[in-house]
Amino acid sequence: MTERITRDHVAHVADLARLTLSDAELDAFTGQLADVLDHAADLEALDLTDVLPTAHPLPLVNVFRADEPGPTSDRDEVLAAAPAVEEEQFRVPPVLGEEP
Amino acid sequence: MSARGLAAAVRSGERSARSVVDEHLETIRSGEPEIHAFNLVLADEALAAADEVDRRVAAGEDPGPLAGVPVALKDNLCTRGVPTTCSSRILEGWLPPYDATVVERLAAAGAVVVGKTNLDEFAMGSSTENSAFGVTHNPLDPTRVPGGSSGGSAAAVAAGFAPLALGSDTGGSIRQPAALCGVVGVKPTYGAVSRYGLVAFASSLDQIGPLTRTVSDAAMLLEAIGGHDPRDSTSIPEPAASLTEVLDRGVEGLRIGVIEELSGNGLEGIADDVRSRLGEAASVLDTAGATVETTSVPSTVYGLSAYYVIAPAEASSNLARYDGVRYGLRIDAPNTGDMNTATRTAGFGNEVKRRIMLGTYALSAGYYDAYYGKSQKVRTLIVQDFARAYEEFDLLLCPTAPTTAFPIGEKTADPMTMYLNDVCTIPSNLAGHPAMSVPFGVGDDGMPVGVQILAPAMGEPTMFQAAAVLESAGSRS
Amino acid sequence: MNVEAIAPETVPGWETVIGLEVHAELATATKLFSSAPNRFGGQPNTNVDPVSLGLPGSLPVLNEQAVELAIRVGLALNCQVQRSVFSRKNYFYPDMPKDFQISQYDLPINGEGWLELPDGHRVGIERAHLEEDTGKSTHVGGGGRIHEAGYSLVDYNRAGVPLIEIVGAPDLRSAEEARSYVAELRAILVTIGASDGKMEEGSMRVDCNVSVRPVGQAEFGTRCEIKNINSLRSLGRAISYEARRQVDLITSGERVEQQTRHWNEDEGRTHKLRSKEEAYDYRYFPEPDLVPVEPSDEWIDAIRAALPMLPRERRLRLAEAASIDTSAAALTVERGLDDLAVDAIAEGADAPRVLVHAENNLADGAGRLDGASFAALVKMETGGDLTATQTKTVLATLVAEGGEPAIVAADLGFEAMDIGEMEVLVDRLIAEHPDDWTAFISGDEQERKKKSGFFVGQVMKATNGKADGRAVNELLAHRARS
Repeated sequence: MTERITRDHVAHVADLARLTLSDAELDAFTGQLADVLDHAADLEALDLTDVLPTAHPLPLVNVFRADEPGPTSDRDEVLAAAPAVEEEQFRVPPVLGEEP
Repeated sequence: MSARGLAAAVRSGERSARSVVDEHLETIRSGEPEIHAFNLVLADEALAAADEVDRRVAAGEDPGPLAGVPVALKDNLCTRGVPTTCSSRILEGWLPPYDATVVERLAAAGAVVVGKTNLDEFAMGSSTENSAFGVTHNPLDPTRVPGGSSGGSAAAVAAGFAPLALGSDTGGSIRQPAALCGVVGVKPTYGAVSRYGLVAFASSLDQIGPLTRTVSDAAMLLEAIGGHDPRDSTSIPEPAASLTEVLDRGVEGLRIGVIEELSGNGLEGIADDVRSRLGEAASVLDTAGATVETTSVPSTVYGLSAYYVIAPAEASSNLARYDGVRYGLRIDAPNTGDMNTATRTAGFGNEVKRRIMLGTYALSAGYYDAYYGKSQKVRTLIVQDFARAYEEFDLLLCPTAPTTAFPIGEKTADPMTMYLNDVCTIPSNLAGHPAMSVPFGVGDDGMPVGVQILAPAMGEPTMFQAAAVLESAGSRS
Repeated sequence: MNVEAIAPETVPGWETVIGLEVHAELATATKLFSSAPNRFGGQPNTNVDPVSLGLPGSLPVLNEQAVELAIRVGLALNCQVQRSVFSRKNYFYPDMPKDFQISQYDLPINGEGWLELPDGHRVGIERAHLEEDTGKSTHVGGGGRIHEAGYSLVDYNRAGVPLIEIVGAPDLRSAEEARSYVAELRAILVTIGASDGKMEEGSMRVDCNVSVRPVGQAEFGTRCEIKNINSLRSLGRAISYEARRQVDLITSGERVEQQTRHWNEDEGRTHKLRSKEEAYDYRYFPEPDLVPVEPSDEWIDAIRAALPMLPRERRLRLAEAASIDTSAAALTVERGLDDLAVDAIAEGADAPRVLVHAENNLADGAGRLDGASFAALVKMETGGDLTATQTKTVLATLVAEGGEPAIVAADLGFEAMDIGEMEVLVDRLIAEHPDDWTAFISGDEQERKKKSGFFVGQVMKATNGKADGRAVNELLAHRARS
């Protein structure tokens, strides 16, 4: 199978997932993730060349909603849940970088 | 008393809903400190709802099929204006501005919500030890786990805090705790119960379902919450199946297959006592007129590997929204990216972090085909194998969990050991099929054993027929 | 700094290769996955619901009208309309409520197609897929610039608005062609009712891939993607700047690095956002909360049958009616005057005059003018009953007030000038201005032109503009020869 997951992989993935790991956590998680992925190596035994992927257990298609406006949220209730609010908007610290 | 009996008494005016709810609140008050089934007990709200049921009865209005029956909700089901935490620090204090569809339907049926139950954080776990708000104890032996992730709901039913509870099942999270606590637990067909308002773990696998003391109560509860919901695109466009009316039909003439790969001979870790109870259950069904044979569903053994890629992959995306911007926890930092990271690092527990990272890795550039892509193909194989099996059999049988309830702390050190608990329950989630756990005797340690009945999609009626037969045999033994 | 002056788009020997990605907001009543209103402007965070805020437990349900509009776009762009699946594009950004965007990835609703520019050049369309828009962040402090802002405010009104992303092939070769492509695409989207196409309100946004190569080279050069283009003018300027930047890099011995760049309208330049190595890992996977879209042939056929006539078809129709090239029909079609022109030509009006009026005298639209009266007016003009100037005046009245051309002309006191009267007048003027006449006869081309203008002006003055300028010129030429 693919090469074993490394500490660098785990650090990169933590970064993608917006998590910070201590050195000890990095070590522990690297081992634990490797265990799970090693278990997934049993899939190597299967011939999957002509098998189509299943993303979803239901055979449903074309589930639509009519284009009719419905109720909107109460803004005060929505903003009351927010950690920081200003001018009826969600306030966040400065954003570094444009939308990717 | 069963939910069916309580509802009948309330509907007929024989008992007030208030007295029913009061009685259960009293049981909670005395038992909860030891068990810790709940994140939140809603005593005042429950009494007010009970009074409303009593008013309807007095006014001659239909109070609904579950009139006055206390129900416990897993704390990942949204309740308007009532904290919904998923047992996570990251959602602490969040008040959903809406009710989940199942919560609306319970209210319409006259059921009374008594509290929000503890779970493994974001439903990730098999022991309810991964809760940010403390461990739930098994009411049958408080040194042991109740299973998970719907451990709080299973414990609430087993402890008599409520005759009915709702859980969610992504890889066994209703059935496994039901088995470990000696109650009935049902994972319906994917799409049979609306997921609107269920905080997502893995969207293509999650289903809400009942945990109850009796098979008949599970049928009533499923009838009340099931059926099409236009707010969930994956909701099956059919009304809820009639289940209570088929319970006495027996299993005469049904063909039932015992899954060889999941029943111990081919699989490590299935305890002897569990295997023995399964054999006895098969005999009971055989005696009741079913044809029971061992059968092979070979790809089911690969379910665990596929599941521990697919579920974390979906979870890594579903849980991205907990970023400290709109609701829940925020840990301040000089810029938004660092704020996201600080918030998520402080707000999620280790198991959630582990699965987010596993899923992120499985979807990341260069690894998608090897992990996520391959696992989706295995999912296809499992669906195909089940389809072949259901050409020959109406139902399939296997254990729910490999062992009875294990001691608290026994499996927390090694995630993979914990994950192996789900080996028998996962295939039904991957296939989208219904499955349920029915208590059937006890293990060598005196703790309950669950037998799992599996059915093809929309096969709930037949599944409940067999469950009723096992239940009556179990109660005689 | 005047960028146009120092950055000509094409440098001799080099070719610019351009491919555009256009995002257009679809003109639905509600959002792509929820019933919150799709409405521009409004108080912050009022057009929101649990789905468009990405609240825990909320689920998307697809707007059927958005799918129908997307199929309209596909059919109008000659695309293969096909089975499609939504995917999640995962990245963290505060104006994205779920921290993933629901988009279409490997299975878009519209596959390959093409768009024909007014000059007849066909540009390939690679795909046109559905996706949801993000909210909007306002950067506070630091003059609104993102890097210097003290903090940001987020409004989710726009989050979840349906977008169609139209990915064009790298078939464009100049800034002018790119502008023509965007203009044509906008005309199509507006014509079929898919979008209002307002670039200034951000309902239509253009990302631009630019590369350069020596003329004759088959392989493409390394491309850069330019973001933040908010008008057709910016598009042209950005392409010119970027093409020049890349040619300068290569000719000075450096390499073009594959980058995403940001167009700064004020500075008139692009600057680097990130390089390809820093490209984000979006971890696309199928959106499990939605099911596939499989439009039936019946549905697609019904949508096709209901499509209005597209700009290209209008150009072809007018070109045929007027016996001209489709490119010559473009301006009249762009102005929405082609129905009028085709009607007038069908009524027997002279096609070239019809088009001259459409292009020169009806820039603000046809108002109350209809095809029959337009035809009658042009016939009066070509029949010599009205001069060009008079025709223009009558036309303006018909546009503003309607009416019968003959009656309007009579009311304005316009009668054709007798040719004999004009000869008398011209001869008198020649006699009155002998020096000017000598200059007209013996001067060079420029002088002759100048003096003919003088005499025509005198005639117009004497006749209150009733005279036909062309006829006066012919008469002057005749007198000069005799």
